[in-house]
Amino acid sequence: MAISLDLLLGAVVAGILLGGFYAAVTVGVSISFGMLDIVNIAHPAFIILGSYIAYIVNTHFGLDPILTSIIVAPAFYALGAAVYQVYHLVFERRGDESLRGLAFFFGLLFITEVGLILVFGVDYRFVDAVYVGTTLHYGPIDLPLRMLVPFVCSMALLAGLQLFLSRSFIGRAIMAVSQDSLALQLMSASPARIKRIAFGISIATAGVAGAFLIIIQPVEPSIGRDYIGRVFAICVMGGLGSFPGMLAAALLLGVVESITATFYGPSWSPAVAFGFLLLTLAFRPSGIMGR
Amino acid sequence: MSKPLIRAMRAKAIACAAAALLLLASTWPAAAAEPIKIGFGMALTGGLAGNGKAALIAIQIWAEEVNAKGGLLGRPVQLVYYDDQTNPSTVPGIYTKLLDIDQVDLVVSGYGTNLEAPAMPIIMQHGMTMMGLFGLAVNDQFHYDRFFQIQPNGPNAKISSIEGFFEAAMTAKPTPKTVAIVGADAEYPKVATEGAREIAKKLGLKIVYDRSYPPNTVDFTPIIRSIQAANPDVIYVASYPPDSAGMVRAANEVGLKATVFGGGMIGLQFAALKQQLGPMLNGIICYDLYVPEPTMNFPGIKEFLTKYQPRATEAGADPLGFYLPPFAYAAMQILGEAVEETQGVDQAKIAEYIHKTAFKTVVGDIRFAANGEWAEPRIIFVQYRGITGNDLEQFKKPGTAVVVAPARYKSGDVVAPYTEIKH
Repeated sequence: MAISLDLLLGAVVAGILLGGFYAAVTVGVSISFGMLDIVNIAHPAFIILGSYIAYIVNTHFGLDPILTSIIVAPAFYALGAAVYQVYHLVFERRGDESLRGLAFFFGLLFITEVGLILVFGVDYRFVDAVYVGTTLHYGPIDLPLRMLVPFVCSMALLAGLQLFLSRSFIGRAIMAVSQDSLALQLMSASPARIKRIAFGISIATAGVAGAFLIIIQPVEPSIGRDYIGRVFAICVMGGLGSFPGMLAAALLLGVVESITATFYGPSWSPAVAFGFLLLTLAFRPSGIMGR
Repeated sequence: MSKPLIRAMRAKAIACAAAALLLLASTWPAAAAEPIKIGFGMALTGGLAGNGKAALIAIQIWAEEVNAKGGLLGRPVQLVYYDDQTNPSTVPGIYTKLLDIDQVDLVVSGYGTNLEAPAMPIIMQHGMTMMGLFGLAVNDQFHYDRFFQIQPNGPNAKISSIEGFFEAAMTAKPTPKTVAIVGADAEYPKVATEGAREIAKKLGLKIVYDRSYPPNTVDFTPIIRSIQAANPDVIYVASYPPDSAGMVRAANEVGLKATVFGGGMIGLQFAALKQQLGPMLNGIICYDLYVPEPTMNFPGIKEFLTKYQPRATEAGADPLGFYLPPFAYAAMQILGEAVEETQGVDQAKIAEYIHKTAFKTVVGDIRFAANGEWAEPRIIFVQYRGITGNDLEQFKKPGTAVVVAPARYKSGDVVAPYTEIKH
């Protein structure tokens, strides 16, 4: 297909918006897997849980999904802290975190999914927001608010988290535990407590990402499985523990998928996108901005 | 006492005992009889679960009605089913268990081409007759004479499930000359887009865009933009529910320009997506199987829907039930009649009976062709119009989904171009 500048520009913009959403979905894994070495394969299930909570509140009270997710973020934080506590006591403390810990999170994934099915059924759910259905047009560029609003909120979320991690005491302690938990312990800080806080934050971001997801597309309980591969690929490609790297990887993946879909056929998108992952790891095994 | 008197008394005693035994036997509960077990896998979780759950409710309604009348051949019907999770790899195991361990007497398929095809080798090995619940051209490769498809595709499923769309599209003014074809990388869309290509070539339409996309695509805007760049008159889409929603949304966001847009978009028939998309559906021409238009008022359909709709709402399944449920119910009507008329569960006799009989069901009269498809196709194509807001009640009345093809069930003409219809 001949490359038209308008079409290319449209594809890049669409890819950036998509990448911003991918970043929001991945940031929690970037914390849990990238910084804490916890393979939280159940992360997408928490995202879907966030989607359904946004759905309930939106349906019954008409509250905006993103606002809902911010209000319930402390509850998701508490949930994440509780999950980590169980994981730590049962697996991490005994050195069983690798295989058995993974099985724990797989079990959590399926329990969450089945729980949602039992409560909500299997039909697709969606939310009603003022901005869904509206598109801003600037020449050849279309900015559907359905994608733009989650993108802007995602950038704000990442900026807030980066500030927190780099400027606050707890944030720096989280960075420290990801680098050397023994050294942190020698400084009288409890690695388990710091990890609990970090994991709680990771799950809180999942709740917010869930609100973005249900704005972008209809949701049903098993849809989380579609994101498992993507989130871990972005996390690894960006470099474990690096937010800027993760953001770059997410945007790159979004743009590559979008350009491939536009000019070469959508079937090629996953192959090309994950081809970039392999190339990145071949030349920079630690990821784009890995430590 | 004299001997004749003793004999007479003995005879009376025997007669009384026999009468008592007969009375006891006639009042013995039917549950004591061996149940007729009907087994199937069904998508109760996963992407197709919306329809799978709806189909299950329809089958359960049938089973309850049959059991209330004393069962089949005096034996109660027992449903044995497992969740196939919309995962084709679970299907062979499920049907092996149903047949070898659960020892079911009859089988029905799961919902959808992807979940029917994997069951076929197991069914064929066991010589079972199977009613298929909505698969496209499943038997084209197997040529199995004990398979029957309840979706009204007709003998040439690949063509007849699509040709109505092009039949309607070609009535638009100006007459279309170019077509874009797009579908998901999955069994049904692959078959459907193949059929679309054949029909397009037959009609002399130039194919200006012909691509597929992976099923877990999140953003459909690049696809719609790419299609728009090719400037087709007709856009044929073969998609599954989340993709159908994504395509319709992207079409609205980009401001898609075309004479005719639609095709084989699964999901637009479901209440959930009708409610979500609302006015965005206006102008789209899409396949359907039943809509409450005056031309489709089959005997029994209203009664069935009256039973189905409250149960579905409570169970969190499709509250309208226009798509799969009436046909799942009809499939069971056919199976039940075949068992009654052949006086047993002999698979060969059941298959022979179904092949030679014209059935009266809640979705009208059905006869099967030699390959197990409907002898006459009855896929309808509707154009959504006049949808305002997101309320579901508007879809229960005629006028929101006007039948534009085939001629036999037509209730209105195509309104074109799609671009100018208020979304």
